[in-house]
Amino acid sequence: MSTASTDVSALRHPDPFVPQIYRVERVSRELPDTITLNLTPLTGSRPSFEPGQFNMLYVFGVGEVAISMSGDPTESAFIHTVRNVGAVSGAIEKIAPGSTIGLRGPFGTAWPVKEAEGSDVIIVAGGLGLAPLRPAIYAILANRVRYGRVVMLLGSRNPKDILYRHELEQWRQRLDVDIEVTVDHADPEWRGNVGVVPKLISVATFDRHDAFGLICGPEVMMRFSVNALIDAGLPADRIYVSMERNMRCAIGLCGHCQFGPTFVCKDGPVMRFDRIANIFAMREI
Amino acid sequence: MANLEEILHEHAFFADAPAELIRLVAGCARNHIFHAGEYLFHEGESANEFFLIREGKVALEINAPGHAPIIFETLGVGEFAGASWLIPPYRWVFDARAVELTRTTGIDAACLRGKCEADHDLGYDMMRRFLPALVKRLQATRLQILDVYGQH
Repeated sequence: MSTASTDVSALRHPDPFVPQIYRVERVSRELPDTITLNLTPLTGSRPSFEPGQFNMLYVFGVGEVAISMSGDPTESAFIHTVRNVGAVSGAIEKIAPGSTIGLRGPFGTAWPVKEAEGSDVIIVAGGLGLAPLRPAIYAILANRVRYGRVVMLLGSRNPKDILYRHELEQWRQRLDVDIEVTVDHADPEWRGNVGVVPKLISVATFDRHDAFGLICGPEVMMRFSVNALIDAGLPADRIYVSMERNMRCAIGLCGHCQFGPTFVCKDGPVMRFDRIANIFAMREI
Repeated sequence: MANLEEILHEHAFFADAPAELIRLVAGCARNHIFHAGEYLFHEGESANEFFLIREGKVALEINAPGHAPIIFETLGVGEFAGASWLIPPYRWVFDARAVELTRTTGIDAACLRGKCEADHDLGYDMMRRFLPALVKRLQATRLQILDVYGQH
């Protein structure tokens, strides 16, 4: 291997273990414990990514955490929505615009946005699970004519915790997207649905044999949602879920995110359900 | 205007129901319109009628002192509101409120219970229709109380 070609390769594909430095361009408060970051590289342009992939965000002196992309793949910045659930995500939630952060990625598999062309798409999101699905929603809506019916079913704890509420209201105004939102509980001011998101699947209108189901949310919610989609008639090989495990190296070396015979970081996070059906509900996997 | 038998036949709850069953149930049925904010029933009242929802949305609520009522489930077209009429002491344990203009067909509980006692085939058919819906609601409730979107 020549020195020159090695250098070029290194420029195009930096060492996956070495974080690149990104500037925090903007911090938007989504919920009391959840923010959205716009990140741009200090030099050059950001790598391209596919909806569903993730980056490893590194807060200097604190640690690193895997966060899914949640922005438009055509935007110049990486956009990540982060909920404060631990030391690293807590540090990210407090990060200020103008500061810097380490970033490795993108890593992982993508939602079947291309494969779903020509079919109905049913998107099922629970809580913060809407964030990893949002890039797929942008991509689908950008090429809306290539898809059949597009259905979004969203679950939340209560009306105050609905993520991207303003954007949901905008999408709802489109005449070519069916959106239903349900919450676990509400006060009488709420005029929408109350109940669990799998219930919405049973009454949603979509081609029950030829649709693609994209699900992201807490794992228990995903299990119930997968069952509801299968009960509705959707084949298991048309259902995709985004898995979450403790990802460290992000390239399938360290084994922290092992999920049966797979690694969530490189074989996921987006996984076709029929390939994991036998271990999906298994304990200690 | 459709008669009660036609209305019942079109409701998802009576999907594939034989005409004889529809005829028997229709003898216990009457139509209701509830405007937004009106209550179908209140906690503590006798559960003497249940409601097949044909249009609109119904919120099941529970009151707690010092708090706004908590909605724990909404029901829509094709579903039924009210199960307490099935078991003694036939008393509602929640409130049911129309969220929007809601059209229902109410079934007189004592009338239907009496027909089911007299005709066990009818009773069995009715149980076959109620039980799956009730089990699904139980399973959904279990998922709901897990509070899966909260931090753990």
